[in-house]
Amino acid sequence: MTRSVDLVVIGGSAGAIEVLHQVLGRLPATFGPATAIVIHVPADGPHLLTEIFTTPGDLKVKLAEDKEPIVGGTIYFATPDYHLLIEKGRTFALSLDERVHYSRPAIDVLFESAAEAYGDRVLGVILSGANADGAAGLRAIAAAGGITAVQALESAEMIAMPAAALEAVPQSLEVDAASLGELLRAHGEGAEKKDGL
Amino acid sequence: MDAEIDLEIRLLLEAIYDRYHYDFRSYAKASLKRRLAQACENLEVASLSGLQERVLHEPEVFAALLQYLTVQVSDMFRDPEFFRVIRTQVLPVLATYPSIKVWVAGCSTGEEAYSLAILLQEEGLLDRSIIYGTDINAQALRAAVSGVYSLSRLRGFTENHRRSGATTSLSDYYHASGESAIMDPALRRKITFSDHSLATDNVFSEVHLVTCRNVLIYFDQELQNRALNLFAEALISRGFLGLGSKESLRFSEAAGHFTEFALAERIYRRKGQS
Repeated sequence: MTRSVDLVVIGGSAGAIEVLHQVLGRLPATFGPATAIVIHVPADGPHLLTEIFTTPGDLKVKLAEDKEPIVGGTIYFATPDYHLLIEKGRTFALSLDERVHYSRPAIDVLFESAAEAYGDRVLGVILSGANADGAAGLRAIAAAGGITAVQALESAEMIAMPAAALEAVPQSLEVDAASLGELLRAHGEGAEKKDGL
Repeated sequence: MDAEIDLEIRLLLEAIYDRYHYDFRSYAKASLKRRLAQACENLEVASLSGLQERVLHEPEVFAALLQYLTVQVSDMFRDPEFFRVIRTQVLPVLATYPSIKVWVAGCSTGEEAYSLAILLQEEGLLDRSIIYGTDINAQALRAAVSGVYSLSRLRGFTENHRRSGATTSLSDYYHASGESAIMDPALRRKITFSDHSLATDNVFSEVHLVTCRNVLIYFDQELQNRALNLFAEALISRGFLGLGSKESLRFSEAAGHFTEFALAERIYRRKGQS
């Protein structure tokens, strides 16, 4: 039986939005884990992402707030221009620390803190994107015993990000939009919804 | 491995507190850990324990580390809408008081304190105002006191200032000298910069407005509560509190001291004490 996870983290940039739209819109209301997402977007587009994802699907979608307790079954997006991190008490934290890979929010920052806070209870996914952000973060998730997946290069609009992630964690599962949806459901559907604690 | 690093961080922060009386023990851990890793790399020490040894024996290493422990991001008129609401909704209330005291908590290199001084000047209130800018970082405070910024940076703030509903030009408040912009001494005279820790110090004055923006995100829940309780104690009844655009009182125990005033701009009001 596939083991369930408490947290899904997803990172991407160019070309990732379309994949997310397909996958997240079809997650069932019974999806148990919390999902935290960093997509590189310009700092002045604050509500673009949540607007995109308010219509489809049964799960609550919101921007992650500082010190907010992480609740299962909720999809959180990183606020533009702030790093998004996870504290060990399973709450979100924001920071204005320097950019990583020219990015804030940076995928590495979210993923590395997720690995620390959730250990092997994390599923990390790197989608289409234009730079190497996320590779180090995915390595941290793998090292903590979490599950890692990367968008298959032939299905990615931009391959730099998934290619770097795959090089960092060669054993990662390779997925496209359809199989990513299945993967998420396999590790999250039916899991009892619960608070981060 | 992980547990060892957490232990090293705890010991390092205890050592810093004992030796230098700077209290970082209640800082939010996830981002602190990243900044410490960066510090180890740049200061060329192999581990946090190695960093601790150097910090304890070499005060100059501590001074260098302090620049990593405190995050200095400060712009003038950052989030212009915040300043617009301070200008149009908060200052008219404060104008009814004979004198106005403003506390910029965690002022870093002073940009926000100067922004508020300019705002008060534009609204004709600076003469009867005092601004307190406080921070724990002595190096940042020295920059704030000097009131000298890079000219190109200051020019970059012009648009923010305009969008705050400015009635004057930002260039009226500094003069250029080579690559530097020197803030008008008339503003500088109305600002008192001083060392103050939200973690260990107490209230030093009654104030009408506190701004503390993008500081609380670096504190853990407990320290955030301490800071907010300090602000509640410092503020006059019905005084104002301005936070950073992504900070809120939602997850804080201290929320009960305040009511929402302009939520989108994260401006709160001290409840009246009876």
